[in-house]
Amino acid sequence: MNLDLRLDTSGDFYARKFQPTKREDTLILNMGPQHPSTHGVLRIILEIDGEYILRAEPVLGYIHRMHEKMAEVMSYPQYLPNPARTDYLHGLAWNWAHVAAVERLMGLEVPERAEYIRVITCELNRITSHLLWWGAYLLDLGAFTPIMYAFDDRERIQDILQRITGSRLTYCYYRFGGVSNDIDDRFIEETRKQCSRMKPRFKMFKDLVTDNFILRKRVEEIGEIPADTCRKYGATGPVLRGSGVPYDVRRAEPYSVYDRFDFNIPSYDTCDAMGRYLVRMDEMQESIKIIEQALDTLPEGDYIMPKAPKKPKPPAGDVYFALEGARGKIGFHLVSDGDKSPYRLKLRAPGFSNLSLFSEVSEGVLIADAVSILGSLDLVIP
Amino acid sequence: MIVKSLRETMLGMWSLLVGMKVTAVNFKSTQITVHYPREVVHSLEGYRGHIELVPSDEDPYKPKCIACNNCVRICPSACISLTAIKPKKKAAEKTEAPDSADEVKTKGKKEAPAKKAKPELESFVCDYNYCCLCGLCVQSCPTGALRYSSNVYLAGFTRQEFVLDLLSRLQNQAQKKEQ
Repeated sequence: MNLDLRLDTSGDFYARKFQPTKREDTLILNMGPQHPSTHGVLRIILEIDGEYILRAEPVLGYIHRMHEKMAEVMSYPQYLPNPARTDYLHGLAWNWAHVAAVERLMGLEVPERAEYIRVITCELNRITSHLLWWGAYLLDLGAFTPIMYAFDDRERIQDILQRITGSRLTYCYYRFGGVSNDIDDRFIEETRKQCSRMKPRFKMFKDLVTDNFILRKRVEEIGEIPADTCRKYGATGPVLRGSGVPYDVRRAEPYSVYDRFDFNIPSYDTCDAMGRYLVRMDEMQESIKIIEQALDTLPEGDYIMPKAPKKPKPPAGDVYFALEGARGKIGFHLVSDGDKSPYRLKLRAPGFSNLSLFSEVSEGVLIADAVSILGSLDLVIP
Repeated sequence: MIVKSLRETMLGMWSLLVGMKVTAVNFKSTQITVHYPREVVHSLEGYRGHIELVPSDEDPYKPKCIACNNCVRICPSACISLTAIKPKKKAAEKTEAPDSADEVKTKGKKEAPAKKAKPELESFVCDYNYCCLCGLCVQSCPTGALRYSSNVYLAGFTRQEFVLDLLSRLQNQAQKKEQ
């Protein structure tokens, strides 16, 4: 029995393995895993000199839930609810990536109407995701009110989505060969109403927050991530576009019916937190443009293939499917041996790559700026 | 230099005033939140609560369920368990399964669609603790015997309270309707 009751200052495994710089007058500080601005259960070990960060190292794995392993023991339809849990803010995109990977491996032809429904719901979900990021980021920076405005719109969109998908957050809506529920006139009407309601709201968001000089002082020229750093770490999504690279999977390798819509890929080459902020604000407006175009050209037809496989058994082989989530490129690499469950499933979560560059970017910045950088990466720790 | 910083400060102050105007405008608008215990939301259409059994058309006390076990097999969290009683006469005629008395647990499905006399549902338990509300059971049901309840305000103190006996729930509902 260990009777030595003196305070153990050596820390846990990660703290002991952490390599501080050679300086002696520094302090090791743990940020998280329960810190309100670390988004989810993320822990960052910081070596600080006063207010300045010398080294930062994210510690991962606090809520590792073995989603990849679970896929190997479940049949394909049983895994349907899982992907949405890996990114609770943009669940439909993950749901879509899973379904589409299986469809591509089996060579299923999804009805056009189903593709349109997928685009509409996925874009609505993207808006809710960005709205929550917007509110939460400003909470990190110390502004409380904006999240109330964000949730006003977010809840309305969730009400729309709830009516047809049945859930508000962790969606399980897409099925192999289509979607589980058709959309009706009321959905279309409500979505249109919401789209026209949102448009003046962006002006209001701009007046209230984006132009506010307190915010600008916190985000402008903070956390500059050069495009090279993004490439080095594989960062995608708004982080990459905020660094001046207009790369979007919807445009780079168009999946589904995205090639039929007219929309811009916003990108800012300021490379700072403001660039990433503006990319997301613009993206919401682009999403609304896509939704309105999709509603205008929504074709009639089946919402799911008439002979959609209930228990799919894809042929042996492997397939990769990537799509653009709210946080970046979502990838599903599926290896099948012809059985009722995958042989191996590899998920590519954009948050992981985006987080990896944090330790390089946060070197030498203030702790308060590190919070701003972390928030601007829009992390969801799965 | 001084002029520039002064100008920047003034513009900054102006941006604050613009923001304050937004707040003032919104301050006058009506309230959009709901005071929960005193009022509740009504937009529950499409809400997927826990599952419940659908009563058959003839008898509101009897479920439509034919105990085919499709839902049990598809459930990712394995939270549904059901037992059924085979009709006695048919059970005697059957040659292959006389050993396991009346209970058809896993063999249920193969026998159920072939027979005309349906096995009678004995118990249908949904362990809501593990349910992930994916709705696969409802979609896999061949007779449409399952549906989502709109039981939103479900709360309890113990895990046992969420082990839902859906058959007795159905019977309670039918009783309430009669009264």
